[in-house]
Amino acid sequence: MITRTIRIALAAFSLSHAAALAEDTVKVGVLHSLSGTMAISETSLRDVLLFTFDEINAKGGVLGKKIEPVVVDGASNWPLFAEKAKQLLEQDKVAATFGCWTSVSRKSVLPVFEEKKGLLFYPVQYEGEEMSPNIFYTAEAVNQQATPAVDYMLAEGKKKFYLIGSDYVYPQTTNLILLEYLRHKGVPLKNIGGGFTKDDKGKIISAGKYTPFGHTDYQQIISEIKQFAASGNACIINTLNGDTNVPFFKEYAAAGLTAESCPVVSFSVSEDEFRGLPAKQLVGQLGCWTYFQSIKSPANAKFIKDFQAWLAKSEVTGIVKENRVTCSPMVLSYDGVYLWKAAVEKAGSFDVDKVMAALKGGISFSGPGGKVTSQKNHHLTKNVYIGETKADGQFKILKEYKNVVGEPFLKGTYK
Amino acid sequence: MTPNPISSRIHGPILIVSAIFLVVVMPCLNSCGLIADFTLNLWGKYLCYGIMAVAIDLLWGFTGLLCLGQALFFSLGGYMMGMHLMLMIGKLGQYKSDLPDFMVFLGHTTLPGFWQAFYSFPFALAMVFLVPGLLALVFGYLAFRSRIKGVYFSILTQALTYGAALLFFRNDLLMGGNNGFTDFRTLLGSDLRIASTQRILYICTALLLVAVVAGCKWLTKSRFGLIQRAIRDSENRVLFSGYATANFKLFIFVTSAMIAATAGALYVPQVGIINPSEMTPEKSLEAVVWVALGGRGSLYGPVIGAVSVNALKSWASRAYPDLWLIILGGSFVLVVMFMPNGIIGIPAQFAAWTARRRNRDAATAASPANRVTDP
Repeated sequence: MITRTIRIALAAFSLSHAAALAEDTVKVGVLHSLSGTMAISETSLRDVLLFTFDEINAKGGVLGKKIEPVVVDGASNWPLFAEKAKQLLEQDKVAATFGCWTSVSRKSVLPVFEEKKGLLFYPVQYEGEEMSPNIFYTAEAVNQQATPAVDYMLAEGKKKFYLIGSDYVYPQTTNLILLEYLRHKGVPLKNIGGGFTKDDKGKIISAGKYTPFGHTDYQQIISEIKQFAASGNACIINTLNGDTNVPFFKEYAAAGLTAESCPVVSFSVSEDEFRGLPAKQLVGQLGCWTYFQSIKSPANAKFIKDFQAWLAKSEVTGIVKENRVTCSPMVLSYDGVYLWKAAVEKAGSFDVDKVMAALKGGISFSGPGGKVTSQKNHHLTKNVYIGETKADGQFKILKEYKNVVGEPFLKGTYK
Repeated sequence: MTPNPISSRIHGPILIVSAIFLVVVMPCLNSCGLIADFTLNLWGKYLCYGIMAVAIDLLWGFTGLLCLGQALFFSLGGYMMGMHLMLMIGKLGQYKSDLPDFMVFLGHTTLPGFWQAFYSFPFALAMVFLVPGLLALVFGYLAFRSRIKGVYFSILTQALTYGAALLFFRNDLLMGGNNGFTDFRTLLGSDLRIASTQRILYICTALLLVAVVAGCKWLTKSRFGLIQRAIRDSENRVLFSGYATANFKLFIFVTSAMIAATAGALYVPQVGIINPSEMTPEKSLEAVVWVALGGRGSLYGPVIGAVSVNALKSWASRAYPDLWLIILGGSFVLVVMFMPNGIIGIPAQFAAWTARRRNRDAATAASPANRVTDP
């Protein structure tokens, strides 16, 4: 008798379990680094994605199916990213994946997504020059961050631009595009600082000053900047990565440079980075993103409130609950999930080709950063904001550019 | 560290069976669909790591040279193969240019001279051996001639790989900078993205592993191996007996570098990316951990270590993405505390334990106290 009951219960359980897997859920991959050097940034994206899935599931899911997240750890290890991408696509058969932060992790998984016909949503500002048929870039393209920042500086009357960044693809490409853009705007070469590298034929192949990851000695560079800025009307375009910003800004302050005399506009320092960096040295400096936590709108207020409430009762192992903020990559992850949901509903299917076609057809979503619209070129049209850093690590919004069209291929477009 | 005579007798058949399993059975199971392409591809990666672990064991377990920069040779081998693979992409890249994408990216219009010859596969293959081999030769010559030993040697090798990583991170080296090489298409005309090509690469890796283990086994059993172990145990005595120990060490160091490099060359087309983070000291340290965990001085122990640690990593980072580092770290601590000879030492440890127990039981049975309780 007892064995029979158990057998029935087991059968019922396995049936309901199988039914739950087959009918009511759709698997979605979350591919971020939860350990290693990138964990500090990427864990926040994992958190916001889980929050978004819960929010959607509470309202009935996507096409009547609950989202079942499959979270994997890329561990800041690029070959492991490729391995995990294969696992998500081949073994878990996820309908879509949200993930990656660094360009190298995206480059590592790109062949996997193309080969296995997956769909990746990529949410972090990047250098462009890419448009994979299997990736949708909710990220800021260079013309949604760097060129609006230059426009702002030009409008402020700045005439000299010093380019500095970490030595990897994003700063190198951004600065090459900025070089073209600045010359297009009539800024002479002698007013662009940081130095140039030329090839045998005298063509400039690299502009700006580059330091390796983890570089700490900025004394010489700052004295060069000081000389450059001595004639006035100068500013610094900063694409330094992560914690190298700390010694840079320390040296900057020690040399007597200020936000009034020679402002710095940074593209890699968001609210979330200020949880780990001291904001004190950056007060008054500028940032440029397509979202700031300080945006005053009902949508943003609700997003922040709901996310904090979700965090407070979240049971995810090791999740940080104190002093959490929201930032652009988080909001672009959030927007990505909603755009995917809308595209799936428009296509009436989870099929990658159909979803991508729906996205290319143009889907709008009013997110915390304002309205975003998907474009044919796998990027988004969205608002761009220039903000001034405050002592609490938040930004005071100074300027808003409405509906900037994301454009991945910019090199050679400004003549 | 001396192998247990009983276990070494059964090791032979076990080795042959596992070699056949890896080289023949796994690919067969894959071609008839019983092993997923993904799993076989993962095993290809594990076995590449296994080959590197054997190379480390040859140095550390048998010669007492703890090299903390072995991943440098592995990555250099990978980079040499990667250069050929990058050129084989041809016009299929993002920019539809003959140049690799990252060069177009950096504004180059012509292929730099040192890249030209990599169009040839035999040349690339030769470079897989020569570049890491020469680096090991020069570095080893300088280090061993100056009698740099022990921890100083370890630190220097670590510095070497760190320096190389910083160099390769630089975009102006024209080796792809931080992003390295990726998005490979073909190797010798076969599409790298299809399962059959990956299966062939897997078989090559498994064959190489078997050959490397067998070759190292032969080498360490020979008279050369005797001197090797003598150097490990007391280098000065070997030196005073009239052997030029520096030359022996140099030979082993270069051989080990080349073994690691071939593993790297097979690793790159299977994993699909090579970049400077593979050269950072952590990677070499990780490989040393595999060897220690598997059991050094045994040649197959390191393979078991490399495969089991990486398989655990693959499984746990999916099953427990928040806890997997603790699981991995915890298992390292357990092995170090309770298995001083690594995983390979478990049978011997178990045999010793049962023998001890039997002796104790015999002793208690024979003790007079026992007899008193008898009526």
